Parts: sequence; C-alpha cells; structure tokens
Amino acid sequence: MYSFQLPEFIIDRAADRCIRCRVCERQCANKVHSYDAELDRMFSGEKDCVGCQRCVVLCPTLALNVRPRTSDYRPNASWTRDKMQNLKKQAQTGGVILTGSGNDKPYRIYWDHLVLNASQVTNPSIDPLREPMELKTYLGRKPDSVKITRCADGFEVETESFPNVAIPTPLVFSAMSYGAISYPAYLSLAAAAKELGTLFNTGEGGLPEHMRREYGGNAIVQCASGRFGVDADYLNNAQIIEIKIGQGAKPGIGGHLPGEKVLANISETRMIPIGTDALSPAPQHDIYSIEDLSMLIYALKEASNYEKPVSVKIAAVHNVAAIASGIVRAGADIVAIDGFRGGTGAAPQTTRDNVGIPLELALAAVDKRLREEGIRNKCSIMVAGGIRCSADAIKAIALGADGVYVGTAALIAMGCTLCQKCYTGKCNWGITTQDPFLIKRLNPELTTQRLVNLMQAWSHEIQEMLGGMGINAIESLRGNRDHLRGIGLEDWELNVLGVKGAGE
Amino acid sequence: MRQQDHQSERFTPDKEMQACGLFGVMDTTGKRFGGDMAIKAIKNMKVRGNGLGGGFGVYGIYPDYQEYYAFHVMYQDKNQAAKRLVEEYLKQNFYVVYDEEIPTDPGVKVFQPPLVWRYFVSPPPRKKGTEENLTDDEYVVNKVMSVNINIEDAYVFSSGKNVGVFKGVGFPEEVAAYFMLDKLYQGYLWTVHSRFPTNTPGWWGGAHPFGILDWTVVHNGEISSYGTNRRFLAMHDYYCTLYTDTEVVAYAVDLLMRKQGLPIEVVSKIFAPPLWDAIKLMSEKEKKLYTTLRTVYAPLLLNGPFTIIVAHHNEMIGLTDRIRLRPITAGSKGDLVFLSSEEGAIRAVCPDLDMVWTPPGGEPVIVRLNSKDHLLSTNKSI
Repeated sequence: MYSFQLPEFIIDRAADRCIRCRVCERQCANKVHSYDAELDRMFSGEKDCVGCQRCVVLCPTLALNVRPRTSDYRPNASWTRDKMQNLKKQAQTGGVILTGSGNDKPYRIYWDHLVLNASQVTNPSIDPLREPMELKTYLGRKPDSVKITRCADGFEVETESFPNVAIPTPLVFSAMSYGAISYPAYLSLAAAAKELGTLFNTGEGGLPEHMRREYGGNAIVQCASGRFGVDADYLNNAQIIEIKIGQGAKPGIGGHLPGEKVLANISETRMIPIGTDALSPAPQHDIYSIEDLSMLIYALKEASNYEKPVSVKIAAVHNVAAIASGIVRAGADIVAIDGFRGGTGAAPQTTRDNVGIPLELALAAVDKRLREEGIRNKCSIMVAGGIRCSADAIKAIALGADGVYVGTAALIAMGCTLCQKCYTGKCNWGITTQDPFLIKRLNPELTTQRLVNLMQAWSHEIQEMLGGMGINAIESLRGNRDHLRGIGLEDWELNVLGVKGAGE
Repeated sequence: MRQQDHQSERFTPDKEMQACGLFGVMDTTGKRFGGDMAIKAIKNMKVRGNGLGGGFGVYGIYPDYQEYYAFHVMYQDKNQAAKRLVEEYLKQNFYVVYDEEIPTDPGVKVFQPPLVWRYFVSPPPRKKGTEENLTDDEYVVNKVMSVNINIEDAYVFSSGKNVGVFKGVGFPEEVAAYFMLDKLYQGYLWTVHSRFPTNTPGWWGGAHPFGILDWTVVHNGEISSYGTNRRFLAMHDYYCTLYTDTEVVAYAVDLLMRKQGLPIEVVSKIFAPPLWDAIKLMSEKEKKLYTTLRTVYAPLLLNGPFTIIVAHHNEMIGLTDRIRLRPITAGSKGDLVFLSSEEGAIRAVCPDLDMVWTPPGGEPVIVRLNSKDHLLSTNKSI
C-alpha cells in the first residue's frame, strides 16, 4: 500500500562542498543518506528524515542543509499539513499516532506574558557578585510552628522537624527513566546532580544497583504504576521518594517501553524479563481514591523509616488545585505538578496535544488553594513541564513553586534537537535509544559538564534577577506575586495567576 | 475571615513605599514622662519625613483604665454612619466602660483630619458560639480585624491596654501639637515615626506606629519580601488592610510572639536570619536551631532594607535588616535608653549620653523594664 505520505524535511546538499566522507551516512540511524561508489555520489532519501540535524552538525564541510517541508498542500487553516499527514498515516496503519517530547502546539505560554520587577531608589538592588545571594532551598513538609526553649547558652529547638532535603539551587533534573533514555544520558544526569549537590529523578525505570551507593544521595526515586525497579534498597538509597500518578505530556494514560528497548541492563534494573514490553498501567491499580493514595504514601514512609519526604507527582488537569489539596491532606510532603508542555519518550499525539492545562495556571491555582486551606507549609511544590530558561524558573518561584524540574532543557543541553522521535529508539544523539552503536555518541563526562554548566548558568541568572529585585534569599520570592506583572493577558487570566497587569 | 478567598489576589492593593525616621525612648525603671523628648528628637530628623505622616506610641498612658482595652478609632471624612456602625458593633461585642472624642487643638491646621474617638472596653466574661474558648486578646484581635475589614471609613488605630497610638498626616510635631501630646499624656515608653511615602498621598490610617493589642511597630524601609510575608500571614488569618509593609511586621510580631510564644531574640533571627554560610560554621545545636527557623519561617524573612522599633509593655526592641541597609543607633543615659535612626536626634534630647553604640545588621537591641539586657547588643556592635 502506498503511504501517501510526503516527506517532512527537505535535504539540500551542496555538491561543490560534499567530499563524500560518508559521515552523514554513518551518523543517520534512519538510513537517509547513502553512497553510490560507481557514481562517487551521496544520495539522500528524504522520506525517512526526522530533521534531527545530526548530519548537518557533523558534516565537516557544512554541505548539508535540512529544513522542514511545510507548504506542500493547498494552504488551509483548518486542514493543516499536520492533520492531513496524520489522517493518511492512520488510514494506512489503523493505529494511534505516536510522538515524543512535549506539546508543540501554539497554546499561550504564560511565562512570555509575565515580567519581573526590579528595585529603583526606594530600596536598593543587590549585586550578587559582591553580596551573598542565597538560593538554598529545603524540600519537604514544614511544621506549623516551632517550640523553642531557653537553655543555659541560648535556645534549643523542641519541635521535631519533618525530613527535608536541602538543595543549593531550586533547580532539579526531571524524571527521565533508564530505558526511555540511554545509560550515558541517565548517568550524566546523576553525575551532574551529584556535582551540583542537587537532585535528579530516576523516573519509573528504577536505579541500577551499581549506581545506588554513589548517586542515591542525589536521587528522587519514582514509584509508578508499573512498580519497575522498586525494592527496599532502591527506596532507602534515595533522598526523596516520588509516587508518579500522572505525567503532563500524557495525563490519564500510562507508559509503554517497547520490548526491543528492554536489554539486559534495563531488564535487570526494571526487574522484568529481557525483551518484554514494560507497560505501566494508566492508574496505579492500588490507588483508586485519595485514601488509597494515603495508604501508599504511608507504606513508602514506613518502608523508609519516615526518613525521606514523599512526593506525589500529578499532571496539571482541570481541577488540579483540589487534587493537590487532597494529596497534601493524604500525607504527601511534596506535590509535583507537571504541566501540559512537559516532555515524554512516547505518547499518543492526540493526548499530548489536547489533554491537560498549562503549568503556569495550574501552579497559581494550587498555591492559592493550599494557602486558602492553611496547608501550604505542609508541602513543597515542585513544578515541571516546559521550563525553558532561568526566567521561566524564577517566574515559577514567584508564582509559588519551591523547586523547578528541568527536563527537556537538560536534554537539549545534551544535544537533543526536539525532533520528537524518541519513541522510535533511533535517537541519533544517543539520548533516547538503547542501540549500543548510538549510545556511544554520548560521552558521559562531557555531557555531565554540559549539564553542570547549564544549571550553573541558570543559577547565576536567577541570582542576578533576584538581586535586581532587592532580595537576597530565594525564599523571599517564593509566592511573591507582587514581583510579577502580566502583559497581553486577559482579565480572567490575570485573576487566575493572581498577578496585576503591567502598570497596575 | 475567609471572605476574600474567592477573589483573585490580583486585586489586593499595592503596598506603599516609604523612607522614614524612627525614634524610641524608654525609662527602664518604668517612670513616666512627657512627650517632649520624642517630639524634639523627631523634629531633629526633619529631612527623614516629608510631612505626609507622623505618629506616636505611648505606653503607660491610661493608668486609670489599665484593666480595659483602649480602642482609638478613626472615622475617615468624619463619617458618622461608620461611627454608628462601629459603636453598635462594640456594644454587641464588648462592655464599653467609657468613651470620648480624643481631644485635639483646633488651632493646629492639619490635612483632612478624621474624627478620632477612644473607647475603653472589656470583652464579655462569657463569649458566644465559636469564640467561646478564645482568650481575651484573641477575641479583641478578631474584632479589630473585623472592623478594619468590614466597616468602611473606620480604622482601629490602637487596641491595647494602657497604650495609646496617635497618628496622622503631617510632620510628627504637627500631629503631636494637634493631639496635644506634650500637654495631656505621660508614659514610660515613647516611640515616634516620621514618614516619607514615595508612592501614595498620605492618609491617616497609613501613618505609623501600627499597632495591634499592646504591640506597636514603627518601621523604616521597603520590604521586598512583602508579597511572600503578606500571603503567609493571610494563611494565619491576618489580612493586610492598611497597605503598608509595616503592617506585615506588626502582624508577624503578633503571630510569632503572642500566639506562638517565641522570644524576641528568636523572632529577630526569623526576620533577619544569619546567612547559610554562617550557619554552616555554627555548633551542631545552633545549626539545628537556625536551620529550623530558616526553613519553617522562611516566608517571614523580611528581605530588603528595614529598621524597626517594636514595642509592647515592658519591652522595646530595635532591629535592622541582615545586611544593614537602614540605619539604627542606640544610646543610654542613666535609666533612659534610646533607639534612633540617627545619633544626632538622641544627642539633641540628651547631649551627655553615657553610651552610644551601633548594632550590626540582624542583631536586636532589646530594652527591658528593670533590666540591662540592652547592653547585650553592645557585644557585637560597631
């Protein structure tokens, strides 16, 4: 059957530059490029090109130019090229259209409609190069008050604290599982987190045993609906235990790691047989209600001797505020909210692009609701899903977040170009693949350094902006919406965000 | 009290920005004296104000009524309807033992003076309904909040026992002359404030001191953490209605000291905590103390420049922010202890001081009745 598909990309090769070195051919897992020895010429089969730009970047003579092929059909605002291509694909296969990465549709990005404040005259801005500028953040539940007693040499704390985890900067690597991403990518996140003193999130694929001792101290370990890789040792080696209820990219559905990706190491880490599909069910089958969630939270606390904060991660959906409130009341120490621009290794495109709500609105609503109920101090709020730069992160903190998960941005730092083909397992950048040939492309040492650089750069930028506002500790910006103003937003949007318009 | 919940926080009013002059004087033996020193000292710091607000807090002012809560209520635009509502409300909720208009000197011209009335009240011995188990203080706070939020044009300035707050628009010496403070009143502790608002016209409710029960606060600075502080306090049922960041300090003091019973030494470390780098070097016990305070009370860190003088019966505390962006100076002469924005103001009223010292950022000067605790702050002073 003909596919009726048009290629997604156009490949231009400058003949006068191409030296037939065949780098492009070797680099492309999709077998786009080929060499004809008789003609001594390179050919490119455009129909398999995913636009990952690997060949373009590695071409020593910059002979290649890969660009989207956008205007094949008669222009139509309703029946766009995307829609038509998908229809043809479905007519051919009868299947669900899969995709990777985050929602790429032009929904409003609220970060781009929020601006920050700075001090002028009435209070001084603070220069972070000359003055202390504190980003240290504690994640976990805080008591309502502290009881202090006077003793001979000062004061003593009587109140027992809940377990908290300190991070030097409010930036944490997002959940990306070993299996969805390659071992070097996974290891780089862990090593970068360790070097920075912050945290990485194992995702739902477990933590390889040989990494537990070294990187457990920087790990948030997930316990998801598939329970892959969960055992007592896994839980007790971590800093934080996270129950994954939902994911911003695909709220309401589970995960699927195809059997081809389940090689020996992954099989061992996930504790499933080699070559079997790793299916995480849509719900956790022991959580059909809030009281069930509470039981799992306390089961995990029990298993870890009440020494670790337990986080519950949910996708941002319509009544996220009420759900978050329930989660805190069920005993969670951290609520993680994943917005609908969050990434994924594989998701049905229709779910990715149509389910869930923007993180900004979800965060504002959750923070407000927890305050109204007087329980904001009982949890930390972590946010994930489409944090692209330090400005997004600091705006999230001003809206009410304690910490920010960085996922897609970290992958881009590794080399990812958001071609959205993670689910094929043929990532030419060695990130979302298990192909032994491809994963060698990612050098964990260099990649770790790139991730460390990224986080340090963001931290410096956050310090600059914080100092500009006349604030020298990040906690004084947390939930401080007075330092935000909206531009180009409608009344209802400003109301939900709890932010005044610029000039108001 | 949760009536504001359904409204977006977008509609909370802007806080105002201001710079200011502060002065406080206390006789540590409890001997009462007139307002001359406070008035003269603040006049000496005239450039720190701009005539848009001044006010005084006086302790030990109503010895004859010291068993009763003294409410100073301001009716903006002399709104009689507001007065009727307040009086009806007070009658329903308190036993009003005496009330009168606060005497003023009609010869002193001030900007749009409101009607200011004082009521000496006591809560009913048996409170009704959900308030049955409240202490008198909590009951009074609830009622004061309720008047401030619900009755338009009525603001309770002052609500403590044997304490009076007088404030208004004008230079502080004009406010003092208007209320005839130098002639009519005596107290053992005076605080005074001269205000320099930069973004709002003066209004009588916005002047300092700001008070709840017998707590008063005068404040110089603009708190950059206002939004964080305000929203945390709202979680504890304190709603800011006076649009000043001083109000935040007053409520925070009330929450931490009165409700949660924390000592002022600890509270000052919540407002102006040591840096994490300094905490790292402390003993294990101190590390635990300061880490706990910084994490639990992180939303009450007062960030940005401030100096405050907080007072309640028997105690006056001066504190400046942790990186010392606003000035404070302390001085003493015999039983008198002074706190001031400027040393010159202290010397203007007491030229032959025994001691003058400048406490560092985040180190409180605590002046207590019948004690020499204020000298503890000299250990770390400059």
